[in-house]
Amino acid sequence: MSPSVGALRARFGRAIGRAFVSCGDTVVFVDRVAIRDVLRWLKETPGQEFNYLVDLTAVEYRDGERPLEVVYELFSLGRRAQLRVKVQLAKETTLELDSVVPVWRGADWLEREVYDMFGIAFRGHPDLRRILMWETYAEGFPLRKDFPLRGRFSRSEQVRQALNIHPEAHYSMEELSIAEAAQDLPADMRERLRHGERGTVPERPPEEPDGD
Amino acid sequence: MGLSGPTTVQSMSPNWLTTRLTSLADWAVNWGRANSLWPMPFGTACCAIEFMATAASRFDLARFGMERMAFSPRQADVLLCAGRLPFKLAPVIRRIYDQMPQPKWVISMGACASSGGIFDNYAMVQGIDTVVPVDVYVPGCPPRPEGLLYGILLLHKKIKGETLADRSLRDEQILGATGLRLPPETVDELSEPFGNSVHQTRSA
Repeated sequence: MSPSVGALRARFGRAIGRAFVSCGDTVVFVDRVAIRDVLRWLKETPGQEFNYLVDLTAVEYRDGERPLEVVYELFSLGRRAQLRVKVQLAKETTLELDSVVPVWRGADWLEREVYDMFGIAFRGHPDLRRILMWETYAEGFPLRKDFPLRGRFSRSEQVRQALNIHPEAHYSMEELSIAEAAQDLPADMRERLRHGERGTVPERPPEEPDGD
Repeated sequence: MGLSGPTTVQSMSPNWLTTRLTSLADWAVNWGRANSLWPMPFGTACCAIEFMATAASRFDLARFGMERMAFSPRQADVLLCAGRLPFKLAPVIRRIYDQMPQPKWVISMGACASSGGIFDNYAMVQGIDTVVPVDVYVPGCPPRPEGLLYGILLLHKKIKGETLADRSLRDEQILGATGLRLPPETVDELSEPFGNSVHQTRSA
């Protein structure tokens, strides 16, 4: 068991849940309200110095009663120590959690991916958009257990919506390396970027497209 | 040929002459087209590796006049989709296809491009023929270079059977009012699960 768990209990008390060792890795559960404070403390406290967020992901278990888990895989490059921090989100609650982008910049795209695949919203994230699926994707969150493998719409509806994506309206002005050359862009493209156009969700055809 | 019998009056008519001239022109044009196809590789997966092997010296696409890869759709004849196509890329390949000038053909290389392959899921187009018209399907996962070459030779054969008289071959096929290339029922039918994947259900 990592000594960090004891230090966490001394510092945060009841916000720290059970902890155990799995395959040599220490896993510790943290209350969802305290998560950002706990992680910031783990990063900034001398003696902890978990300065590297290896991964941020989420898990939904096949057992429908079990809550969703958000997993933070931490590593201290200086101390060569590992810690896995987990937060449980009960499914009947709003799936919201404080963003850790203020703590680790690298959490940006990881949180976007968790949002895209599981629908967990991160409060305080600077740019919480879908990252793998396109932004007008309307079928839900693909890695949730209640999501059918082939998606919710019929194949023809999926193809139709996919063909309606605006491929070049995908980036915000800030993301583009051409931001300083904005004046040289064609007028229509500049206008689209200025409005942050993301495309719209296309209208469903009148008949119910979901067949079987 | 000339020895087939006495020439009838009918076969000497202007119609006969037109037909002979057209078929001569067809032969010359198709010969030129078939033997200098410029492929536009659209490689998204492992099939693209096999395509590169086909283009390299051991198998050598240059033998079939295809040594000039066109990485711009505006200077290409054949769109060669090598690999799986996610829905997110569907508008991209559609636009690339629309940008290619006529005459143009499409080869769908491998199981994923042709049918979705093992990826019968929410993210994958189940056959690029639901997005762009396809001339030759090359099966395999991925196909061997010989398989791709055979597909290219089949395309040559198809091109040599075309005629300039049929203008409809070269019509641009734009997306219909439904926003799809085909009627929605046809797309659904083409995307039907098959093989092992029939055991999975669409419903939750």
